[in-house]
Amino acid sequence: MEKKRNMQSKELICTACPIGCRLTVFQDEKSENWFRVEGNSCKRGINYAIAEMTDPRRILTSTVKVTNSHYKRLPVRTREAIPKHLIFSCMNEINRIEVITPVRMGDILIDNIASSGIPLIASRNLE
Amino acid sequence: MLNYELVVIGGGPAGLAAAIEARKNGVQNILVLERDLELGGILQQCIHNGFGLHIFKEELTGPEYAQRFINELLEMDIEYKTDTMVLDISEIKTITAVNKQDGLIQISANAIILAMGCRERTRGAIRIPGTRPAGVFTAGTAQRFINIEGYMVGRRIVILGSGDIGLIMARRLTLEGAKVLAVAELMPYSSGLTRNIVQCLHDYDIPLLLSHTVTDIRGKDRVTGVTISKVDQNLKPIPGSEKEYQCDTLLLSVGLIPENELSLQANIKLDPRTGGPIVNESMETSVEGIFACGNVVHVHDLVDYVTEEAQKAGAGAADYIFEEITEKIPAVPIVPQEGVNYIIPQNIRIDNLNGFLDLMLRVTSVYRNAKICVRADEKTIKEVKRPHLSPGEMERVRLNSNIMKTIRPKTISLYIDGEKTQYAI
Amino acid sequence: MFDILIIGAGICGTSIARELTRFKLKIALVDKENDVSNGTTKANSAIIHAGYDPKPGTLMAELNSRGNPMFDTLCSRLQVPFKRIGSLVLAFNDTDLKTLGKLYKQGIQNRISKMEIIDRDQLRNLEPEINPAAIGALYAQTAGIVGPWELAIALAENAIDNGAELYLNSPVVSINKVDKVFTVTTDSAQFRSKVVINCAGVQADKINNLIAPPEFKIMPRRGEYYVLDKTAGKMVRHVVFQPPGDLGKGVLVTPTVHGNVLIGPNSERVSRDDAIETTAQGLEYIQKTAQQSFTNIPLHQTINIFAGLRAEPDTGDFIIAESPTVKGFINIAGIKSPGLSAAPAIAEKVVGIVDSILPALKPNQDFIETRREIIHFAELSDKAKARLIKKDPRYARIICRCENITEGEIVDAIHRNAGATTVDSVKRRVRPGTGRCQGGFCMPRVIEILAREQNQEMDNILKDGLNSPVLTGMTKSEEIRESEPAFTAPQLKEVEC
Repeated sequence: MEKKRNMQSKELICTACPIGCRLTVFQDEKSENWFRVEGNSCKRGINYAIAEMTDPRRILTSTVKVTNSHYKRLPVRTREAIPKHLIFSCMNEINRIEVITPVRMGDILIDNIASSGIPLIASRNLE
Repeated sequence: MLNYELVVIGGGPAGLAAAIEARKNGVQNILVLERDLELGGILQQCIHNGFGLHIFKEELTGPEYAQRFINELLEMDIEYKTDTMVLDISEIKTITAVNKQDGLIQISANAIILAMGCRERTRGAIRIPGTRPAGVFTAGTAQRFINIEGYMVGRRIVILGSGDIGLIMARRLTLEGAKVLAVAELMPYSSGLTRNIVQCLHDYDIPLLLSHTVTDIRGKDRVTGVTISKVDQNLKPIPGSEKEYQCDTLLLSVGLIPENELSLQANIKLDPRTGGPIVNESMETSVEGIFACGNVVHVHDLVDYVTEEAQKAGAGAADYIFEEITEKIPAVPIVPQEGVNYIIPQNIRIDNLNGFLDLMLRVTSVYRNAKICVRADEKTIKEVKRPHLSPGEMERVRLNSNIMKTIRPKTISLYIDGEKTQYAI
Repeated sequence: MFDILIIGAGICGTSIARELTRFKLKIALVDKENDVSNGTTKANSAIIHAGYDPKPGTLMAELNSRGNPMFDTLCSRLQVPFKRIGSLVLAFNDTDLKTLGKLYKQGIQNRISKMEIIDRDQLRNLEPEINPAAIGALYAQTAGIVGPWELAIALAENAIDNGAELYLNSPVVSINKVDKVFTVTTDSAQFRSKVVINCAGVQADKINNLIAPPEFKIMPRRGEYYVLDKTAGKMVRHVVFQPPGDLGKGVLVTPTVHGNVLIGPNSERVSRDDAIETTAQGLEYIQKTAQQSFTNIPLHQTINIFAGLRAEPDTGDFIIAESPTVKGFINIAGIKSPGLSAAPAIAEKVVGIVDSILPALKPNQDFIETRREIIHFAELSDKAKARLIKKDPRYARIICRCENITEGEIVDAIHRNAGATTVDSVKRRVRPGTGRCQGGFCMPRVIEILAREQNQEMDNILKDGLNSPVLTGMTKSEEIRESEPAFTAPQLKEVEC
């Protein structure tokens, strides 16, 4: 009989598709990714879980102040996903800047937001 | 009186795609009427990402998705009027509209496409008792205030309803510095996308209270608190389960209703299940030459599907204008049965079918390991396996026109074969 | 120094103010709220009762029967919506029929015309969707429906046009009288006046007790209501009452002047004079009870629910008299139903009382009966619409898409006397936000217009009451930052497996 042992794990819900499998991720030094995933119904679940454990990232969207326009705010996004732990540092930078119109969709507003290496861009045209 | 081959009412994602598709199909003389100050519709306030995965295979924000279609419309030089309100449309396809530049305008159209979208259910519709203070918003109104106008709607927030708008707003408010205390959901499952539950709630430690609802609103001038109660299987609040939350704001994300006041003026028949016009294979309503697409027909959860539906309506309107569809032939009804809430289109004229026909449907409850089955008269002709079905997610079933033309059924019906489940995240 | 100071700008205060401006008098109208009509006047059944209901010989009977016929002229002069649609009191059994007989007789005593008791067929003819179990009804053709807050607002505006002064946001904290002159102190100002008229609704007893010994007590009764969408508007054509019980005239179902359906009220004694919250129990009771009148009420088409308080007096009748102990102090108190129906007659009666206090009243030669024209864009012909837009393009911008209300109408409502300053006060005057979206689409635009027209920031605009800002500041302003969740790498927890 296998001996009960303590092991480190985390519960996740897979967002790779609408099914929403409940995943359990175990730290497992023997497996090639250092993690073992249970509860997934396809391969995407494993990739999702490992990404969430090692380097969770999100696209951040918000608005920035804008002058010279009928509108007071311009919608913006990070061009690619940023590390999740940087979200609020990014928000602080986003809240400080002010953009002068005209702006084109895709214009870079902050080159390297929160030192993530990723730019913040405008997500629409604004005259 | 102005004359156009095609007038599209609404310049949101549905109206834009419909107008563009009609032009691609040869319609020259098109006018798009938009009531807001700019084109793009509600997408302009949906600044989050997640749009376009299906159509563009990339993740766009709402304004980005809209901008692609706006650019295409501008390149095609399709005429449009913004800040223009349609006051009336008639069965004979005349339109009365009003704006500051042109004043009151009368337009005659060969064909009309309705793309007015939907509106939000309100507090009154769900009859939450209590006082009537400031600080009770529908989620979409709050979204407009925050994302477009640049104003905060509150500091301590409770959200009722876990549809996607409610979830998105929970994250949005948190990022802007508000504290979201909880998202309460009447049903035992969320109607929002799993991804949104994880990325909007779990990421920010916002509790999701399934089988809960708001049973009281307090505060004389501004909200000072709400009561959240657990509900039983009949969705009735359970006495003794009340919990008070001190907040200054209640956001309601409790459903969307297709906006069909204009459709009713033109005597267009509505489907009580969808709240939108009954449409046929070409997205044509019960009134000849008036088409409809997008959330005015039924509430979609993905804008990509709105675009596809609008393209169908645009092509249908073009065919109508060029007399390429046969109008006065009997239509075959498509009937929702066991487990199916509604199906779009509600009827098809088999002779007008070409290639494939996509049926859009919603189920009545959550299923696991189920099949969507298509019955032609008495015979089941198609079964589509689905590991998971939920009322919150629209499903599509593709029919082959040639098979329809061979069988020529009198009715088509759809039903679900599978195990119902109580689904909870 | 004012001749007249009126406390409370509800239907009584505004009716009296306007009636008194027919004379050369300096009149102040003060109210604790930031709009007129903001108490009971904005939350009631909106019925102009025929007048068979009050006990003969009471002030209620006298003033209801006198007030009712005054509404046609008054409302047409002031451009207030009023429809004389008639009322029906249903009977379901012989006992009810006897009650109808009693009401009919009472009506005759109160000199009410155009009443008849009708049978089942006649009833079905008048109300095709009525519960088939109803066997007859008392049909009173003179009953009507009105826009109650529209009327109070119109009266206030016309009173100001004719010289009265309106002081809002002015809760009265004390009243003193020295040498025949009253000093009325609000939280921000002092007024001196020869006569004080107390029209303070559910707080009339408290106002009385500031200067006079307690003579009466107001025991507020709450009534809750449903408002249904206009698409349900065709289900009912008359004011439909159930057989009266001990708690008043019972739950009614009626069209409103704007084509919605109003259902309610219940009648519940409440201890607070601001207890205007709706309750689950109250709403359920109304739903159940109303279904006896119409079995198929489409409550799923509800667009709003609200509650109001009636100023029930312990005396059982209206109190309309100079205080026996404080000369020059007139109480208009306990104006419960049929107070709205009686209001124009109450105002006339008060003129008589004032006339007996002040030396000979002189007519105001400049008195104008009417208000400057109010434009209802949606009701104009296409030609008139086009003409209007040419003159003022703001009428071409539709703000409320449910009711087709234009920017021009909203701006006008803001700039009139007794004009709108808040979102709800715009709504009460020109109705954006009363439709099925309940302001979801138009509220941002209404706030923008209010801010622009009053030189305010949008986040200073109130929903209704004094402390009811809709918005709480701009985004991207540092000070609202609170409790950011600190993101860390996913935490692994110990589990046993």
